[in-house]
Amino acid sequence: MSEANKNAAVNDYIIRMINLNKWYGDFHVLKDINLDVKQGERIVICGPSGSGKSTLIRCINHLEEHQKGQIVIEGEELTGDIKHLEKVRTNVGMCFQHFNLFPHLTIMDNLTLAPIWVRKTPKAEAEATAMKYLERVKIPDQADKFPGQLSGGQQQRVAIARSLCMNPKVMLFDEPTSALDPEMISEVLDVMVELAEEGGMTMLCVTHEMGFAKQVADRVIFMDAGQIIEENTPDEFFNNPQSERTQLFLSQIIH
Amino acid sequence: MYVTDKILPAQPAPSDTKGPVVWLKENLFSSPLNILMTLFAVYLIYLLVPPAIQWAFIDADWFAATRDGCSREGACWAYIANRFGQTIYGFYPEAEQWRVNTAFLMLIVLCIPLFINSFPKKMWLGGFILIIFPFIAFFLIHGGSFGLVEVSTDKWGGLMLTLIISIIGITLALPLGIILALGRRSHMPIVKSVSVLFIEFWRGVPLITVLFMSSVMLPLFMPEGSDFDKLARAMIGIILFQSAYVAEVVRGGLQAIPKGQYEAAVAMGLTYWKSMFLVILPQALKLVIPGLVNTFIALFKDTTLVLIIGLFDLLGVVQNVLGADSKWLGFETEGYVYAAFVFWLFCFGMSRYSMALERKLHTGHKR
Ligand SMILES: Nc1ncnc2c1ncn2[C@@H]1O[C@H](COP(=O)(O)OP(=O)(O)OP(=O)(O)O)[C@@H](O)[C@H]1O
Ligand SMILES: [Mg+2]
Repeated sequence: MSEANKNAAVNDYIIRMINLNKWYGDFHVLKDINLDVKQGERIVICGPSGSGKSTLIRCINHLEEHQKGQIVIEGEELTGDIKHLEKVRTNVGMCFQHFNLFPHLTIMDNLTLAPIWVRKTPKAEAEATAMKYLERVKIPDQADKFPGQLSGGQQQRVAIARSLCMNPKVMLFDEPTSALDPEMISEVLDVMVELAEEGGMTMLCVTHEMGFAKQVADRVIFMDAGQIIEENTPDEFFNNPQSERTQLFLSQIIH
Repeated sequence: MYVTDKILPAQPAPSDTKGPVVWLKENLFSSPLNILMTLFAVYLIYLLVPPAIQWAFIDADWFAATRDGCSREGACWAYIANRFGQTIYGFYPEAEQWRVNTAFLMLIVLCIPLFINSFPKKMWLGGFILIIFPFIAFFLIHGGSFGLVEVSTDKWGGLMLTLIISIIGITLALPLGIILALGRRSHMPIVKSVSVLFIEFWRGVPLITVLFMSSVMLPLFMPEGSDFDKLARAMIGIILFQSAYVAEVVRGGLQAIPKGQYEAAVAMGLTYWKSMFLVILPQALKLVIPGLVNTFIALFKDTTLVLIIGLFDLLGVVQNVLGADSKWLGFETEGYVYAAFVFWLFCFGMSRYSMALERKLHTGHKR
């Protein structure tokens, strides 16, 4: 507890990005990003293709390395230190556009892999937890199947459950529904809405599902060309967008 | 507008789409060219197979104490039968051969549970086979302690030697090859260049050269009087040589695994090594089973090359020991056919096993 008290002030912000810059070779993909995320906050990030949304959230768990500026997670700066990084990653779950389930493992083994090998949870306990989350994403009957035998929507729900099994403090979503057939999008969104409304979980979600943003987001962030152009509450963002580029973007995706 | 409530019942397939006659018609006699090729193939079979059967079975002599007992019309399998022991054990003393049998039997018995799906604690058994069993086998076959007479490695030979070299070669070349493959894909420049150098060096030299170097040149560099076993030297050469090939096969598999798999693994907090062993390698190795088995079959057959450094494997025994026996001169053909058959049997076994393994590991994620 003393550790927590000491960091109480900083702990208000579970993630801080300070003047974050990243280049791919000569290409400046993230430009002076400043973003503070409070514990339990639900943030939706949107913007045109290629604007750097994926890169931004992938920097948080260091799947991409930034070159300038700072990322501070729970009061500790993210550096190349691999031990710290592994610790951060156990607390930051991520869902990918293409699910990235492990095709050689059953759904159950997908869910228990990290708890057993990272958290050293006993197998029985890990399986009980896995079952709990499979029930939450409404596919407990698929536990013994392989990912290849599931539909896209089911796979993405498994992927969400897999992240939740690690009991993370932060969940990152990178366009979790954009690889899905239209009729499967809602089943995944429902799970995400439920997770968001339950509260407590910090969520950063790259998505173009504006309905989701309106329903659960505390803040919407609009990115273009590697910059944060606008950030606001969903109400303001959708009804009263300030920048021209935001207006253009909204007019394109809503109509 | 068209609507129906009637569900049509399934009917049996029409008879002209199945059956052996239809199959023949469709596959062997479908066109003039096809008919011609079929007839030609039948003619070839007629030309080759009956005489071979005549020689190998009908006219063959199976029992005879000396060469005079063989009629010379067909194969003289009596010759092989008489020297069978030597093709299996080389010069291993007859009184001690039970030790070899025990070791191999032990290995087989230990391995059986690995193929039973429901067997618990496979990891422990596998570890025992890989780490403890080699010592047991060595003490059994080599002896020299626990009251067992020492049988030095220059007495080992025949199929036993072939199997010992291949089994040890495969079990050590595989992990070494995997490490090299991972090394070659590493982002650390030193690790990467060492792996590349190693792989390219061993792939660049013929195995014969490696074996020559191991037995002729290596002793020159070693301190006077140090006596490093010839078999061990050859074995190290073979392992290093084959690991380079294994490495390239495995690398092919690693490249086929999408980056997202690794990202998903490390994003959950798995370390590099755990990601590799739990997520990436199981998928990559499964993909390259055909290539790996190819390499292992090559290794198995390449063991015959140890002949040139004075070790007598199955083929070596057949060619140089049996062939040099003045009492049984003139039966080289039988010897080679026998050796070829034994080699084929093992290679075919490996190939079938790999196919079964691929089927078993298939988890239906192909789309
Ligand atoms: N590994 C890479 N090497 C070089 N350039 C890259 C790399 N990854 C992404 N980029 C470039 O960086 C820019 C931002 O990519 P990013 O994937 O973050 O965009 P995004 O906002 O997520 O787009 P989308 O909506 O299409 O997913 C793009 O122009 C892309 O071409
Ligand atoms: Mg993206």
